[in-house]
Amino acid sequence: MTAPERGIFLRLVDHARRRSAWMFHFNAGACNGCDIELVACLSPRYDIEQAGIRLEGSPRHADVFCVSGPVTRATHEALRTIYAQLPDPKVVVALGSCPATCNVFAGSPVVDGPLDRIIPVDIYVPGCPPRPHAIIEGISRAIEGIGVRQPLDAGGVR
Amino acid sequence: MTLSHALFAVLVFPGLVFAVPMSWLMLGLERKLRARMQGRIGPPLWQPFFDLVKLLGKSPVARAASDRAILVGLPVLALGSAIGVLALLPVGSGESAFTGDLILLVARLEMPPLCLVLAGYASRSIYGEVGATREAIVGIVSNVAFLVALVAMATAAQSLHLSRIALATSWPVRASALAAILLCLPAKLRLNPFSLANAEQEILAGPLTEFDGRRLALWELAHGLEWVALAGVVTTLAMPVRTGIAIVDALGFALASLVVVAAFTLLAAATARLKLAQATRLLLRWPTLAAGVALTLALVGRYGGH
Repeated sequence: MTAPERGIFLRLVDHARRRSAWMFHFNAGACNGCDIELVACLSPRYDIEQAGIRLEGSPRHADVFCVSGPVTRATHEALRTIYAQLPDPKVVVALGSCPATCNVFAGSPVVDGPLDRIIPVDIYVPGCPPRPHAIIEGISRAIEGIGVRQPLDAGGVR
Repeated sequence: MTLSHALFAVLVFPGLVFAVPMSWLMLGLERKLRARMQGRIGPPLWQPFFDLVKLLGKSPVARAASDRAILVGLPVLALGSAIGVLALLPVGSGESAFTGDLILLVARLEMPPLCLVLAGYASRSIYGEVGATREAIVGIVSNVAFLVALVAMATAAQSLHLSRIALATSWPVRASALAAILLCLPAKLRLNPFSLANAEQEILAGPLTEFDGRRLALWELAHGLEWVALAGVVTTLAMPVRTGIAIVDALGFALASLVVVAAFTLLAAATARLKLAQATRLLLRWPTLAAGVALTLALVGRYGGH
């Protein structure tokens, strides 16, 4: 996508967005496997903070929404609310096979997934669980496009 | 103090032009050093600058009008008070009877934590309330020793003027008072082991849980300026030397502040978060003891003997 000529401040903001992505992690009924791998990204071996990425406690602070799990019925509404609480521009990263396809839980009566039925997804990181390398690559690919992503509405939930 | 001196102090040195880049440097140094201590490479030194620009560029989520006034007003007040502290520090050229007034300085120093407590309660988030309660308790407890230490130094120097206190206080009083102040500062800056108020993940983001985008950027800026202001207070009280050449004094002030930051970072990286009861017990015991010693020495020095 070719952006029109932009002012120096807007270009600076674009650059800053790519250099300072704060993520919020939401477990939508995952088995904790993907969650452990995401936390491993913060450890000295993978050190995702080198790229300015850090895990935030509040969705209102975050730019990257990392979701793991097949989206169970109990987490469905919370997921929509939290997605709406992230200020634009934001991106969604689906961690693991569960949010992409519901994995082994497909067809279960208590599963409302996959994730892209509920909120728009930017990047899928497949794997059960995905390796930290793959998660880091997924997050960096997602934030590459964070400036040009159009705000999408998840059914008007605030 | 003339108007031009006041404007220079607020806007240039040690005010905005100096303090804002300095706060980025301090926060960046803190993150980088902490990462190195944990065996990581860590973010670049100028990361806090990117964080701030990014937060400024976020579009706000719609909120009720009553919330908006509180959500913007409190961080602006905190930011203004932090700039006010910086403008009062007796460094640079524009010294007069008014700069470095201890009572005004303490009053302004207490504003940002007070705003943070109010922000936590006003955000009506349970995590904000828990964080605000912790911030209030730790703030009150750490202020016991902090204020007693300042009173001790003022008694010893027989002055409420910060630069006169820095020059005239005797070394036994100064050493024990500084020990008390240094022990209190990690609590005031919400660093480990006293990072109870903003305990990340544990209570989401504490009092700032409900703040987003530009409102959060204001808090980040205020927090950075709080670092510069508190490190500046310590540096002013600890350095009894003035060369008289403004630029040398300013550089010395900046370097000494960075040393203070590095020391706090080492402490933060080496410790884990305490529980509220443990933190209050610790803060009421050791810093208060040091401050009590300082006050006793100061009173003996002034009224005892001859």
